[in-house]
Amino acid sequence: MPAVQETIDKVKAIDVDQYKYGFVTDIESEKGAKGLSEETVRFLSAKKSEPEWMTEWRLDALRRFQQMEEPTWARVSYPKIDFDDLYYWAAPKSVEGPKSLDEVDPELLETYAKLGIPLAEQEILAGVEPKNRVAVDAVFDSVSVVTTFKEELKKAGVIFCSISEALREYPDLVKKYLGSVVPVTDNFYATLNSAVFSDGSFVYVPEGVRCPMELSTYFRINEQNTGQFERTLIIADKGSYVSYLEGCTAPQRDENQLHAAVVELVALEDAEIKYSTVQNWFPGDKDGKGGIYNFVTKRGDCRGKNSKISWTQVETGSAITWKYPSCILRGENSRGEFYSIAVSNGHQQIDSGTKMIHLGKNTSSRVISKGISAGKSENTYRGLISAHRKASNARNFTQCDSLLIGQDCGAHTVPYIESKNASAQFEHEATTSKISDDQMFYCLQRGLSEEEAVALIVNGFVKDVIQQLPMEFAVEAQKLISISLEGSVG
Amino acid sequence: MLEIKNLHARIAEDETEILNGINLTVNPGEVHAIMGPNGSGKSTLSYILAGKDDYEVTEGEILFNGENMLEMEPDERAAAGMFLAFQYPIEIPGVATMEFLKTAMNAQRKARGEDPLSIPDFMKRVKAAASHLNVSMDMLKRPLNVGFSGGEKKRAEILQMSLLEPKLCVLDETDSGLDIDALRIVSEGVNKLRSPERAMVVITHYQRLLDHIVPDVVHVLSKGRIVKTGDKDLALELEKNGYADYVDTAA
Ligand SMILES: Nc1ncnc2c1ncn2[C@@H]1O[C@H](COP(=O)(O)OP(=O)(O)OP(=O)(O)O)[C@@H](O)[C@H]1O
Ligand SMILES: [Mg+2]
Repeated sequence: MPAVQETIDKVKAIDVDQYKYGFVTDIESEKGAKGLSEETVRFLSAKKSEPEWMTEWRLDALRRFQQMEEPTWARVSYPKIDFDDLYYWAAPKSVEGPKSLDEVDPELLETYAKLGIPLAEQEILAGVEPKNRVAVDAVFDSVSVVTTFKEELKKAGVIFCSISEALREYPDLVKKYLGSVVPVTDNFYATLNSAVFSDGSFVYVPEGVRCPMELSTYFRINEQNTGQFERTLIIADKGSYVSYLEGCTAPQRDENQLHAAVVELVALEDAEIKYSTVQNWFPGDKDGKGGIYNFVTKRGDCRGKNSKISWTQVETGSAITWKYPSCILRGENSRGEFYSIAVSNGHQQIDSGTKMIHLGKNTSSRVISKGISAGKSENTYRGLISAHRKASNARNFTQCDSLLIGQDCGAHTVPYIESKNASAQFEHEATTSKISDDQMFYCLQRGLSEEEAVALIVNGFVKDVIQQLPMEFAVEAQKLISISLEGSVG
Repeated sequence: MLEIKNLHARIAEDETEILNGINLTVNPGEVHAIMGPNGSGKSTLSYILAGKDDYEVTEGEILFNGENMLEMEPDERAAAGMFLAFQYPIEIPGVATMEFLKTAMNAQRKARGEDPLSIPDFMKRVKAAASHLNVSMDMLKRPLNVGFSGGEKKRAEILQMSLLEPKLCVLDETDSGLDIDALRIVSEGVNKLRSPERAMVVITHYQRLLDHIVPDVVHVLSKGRIVKTGDKDLALELEKNGYADYVDTAA
């Protein structure tokens, strides 16, 4: 589990930075006032010592948000979210965590054990209070922290820091690109995020640089009732390359938690961005209670000629997932890819897919979506492939497969295809299959347990997508998928 | 090794009686052939031995090495050494045959408290077994049974059997779909597994398989009951005269 190791490294590095952020070890959890108002926005912007233009940007977003209606077109249902009952700012706290692993939900520990996370790292994930509790929280909660690899990255000229830091250190870059892919008014959740985003990552890879390592952050939601509004901005300048990993683990089993992140990617001429996600937030208990609401806007802009953006996602967690990582294929010859595994079990609801917007000539895109539904879950693939008037020779291939486990779940495929250019070639293939009783019996006869049999068949089903993940992430993802499907048969 | 006593079974769903009091004892080292007309219950018997839950045992018992087999889950039976070569092997899409073999071997080892095989050890075993059965490496890379020809499926079954080294092998019409050469190769594969510790139950319609795999005992199953037991000559006689003599006595 390299992501965790890295977290530990980061934690070590924070010693220095915690002073910069004004943390001291004995502070209590510091929260802004509940509710969404101009005051809240000003408070959090001030807390982060943001420049004036940023505060105004947020306030503009807030005003627009207040005019907007929550969308209802997705195939998900949930109780109405009271945005005035949420906190929009939480700094790390130094108390309240479990004193040792003995006080942590054993089920959670079992999951960690199955994932092969060493004990020391389990403590950190479970929020056990070590002496450096503040530092740990600083990594996991809203305030992102500068990374360990800073030195090496600096040598390569790569900027990788929190958005807050970027706003201080590289305001011109942020100003130039923030909101240029996902405009402030793009959609309900993105607008909300624009008003109150807490923190997130900023990456800038300069012209001609191949980023020397995979960049990754490990987000975690740690506080009750704290809406999480991450904001990530990645810019790959001409001829550069970067691979970015985002991973999440569910630390707590409490009330519904809202997560509305925005991720913007910009690839200039000849640049390539590879963005991989493993998402494993708490999906709710066996009756479907609790669990994270995940409303995410992820979009990449292939702005330059020959640029390429590829999204790979493994979605196993959250009670509700509303997420459509998309590519705008603006540059001539640019390419977008979307590889997705979406696993739903229990009472989870997933409505996810992608949009490939072909604007430029000779643009191509590829979509491979693998949906697995078990339990009483609902799993919808929603995808839009469009070619605009000038997008001659646009090409898309979409393969959309669903696997059903059990009788009570649902899989749905909703493809939208729009072509305004006669030379566009779009191909769509879809299949739905079930793990049959005969297949299960056959595997059992060979000595596999029910869980091993499901894991084997499911891993076979998703392997085209797993192959797209960086090695270390692939192993973790496979384990996660198996764990997510435990108890789905028999 | 295997003792079946007065076994009565029916289809769980609609309660149709299929087996009507089967008695059968198979000792270690023995090969028993079961013959009988279509629909007489041969496959049903093999499924019940393997633990398929479509069937319900209403009377009688099955002991496997003295243990009550009916209380064991299918995977527990497999780990205890029960292997069924299916009459109709099931396709497992997306799962390479090689991967399936490794998972099955290690699952059984785990259930028996043994360590998983190392990759080189596993590869060595697979290569040896595959070459004996004339199974190509290309085939091992393909998803198990998907698009395999009838004969390839049967060879894949026997390949699994050789690698899993079961104590009790039940072969359900392994000869059907095999060409003449394949029949010989597969039979040789099966014969290699014959040993004083291992028992086999071979279900077949044809004497030609029994030319290769010579049985110690031959049974005739009709309407869910064993109506005749004899030595290998019984199979020869059936080949000549059909089932008419025995099927009537069962009615
Ligand atoms: N799951 C089931 N549902 C309905 N009928 C079944 C089921 N399983 C077996 N049967 C019926 O039980 C009877 C015995 O079937 P079985 O497959 O055991 O015969 P068999 O002796 O193996 O025949 P064959 O030589 O054709 O393979 C048949 O009439 C079959 O249709
Ligand atoms: Mg049969």
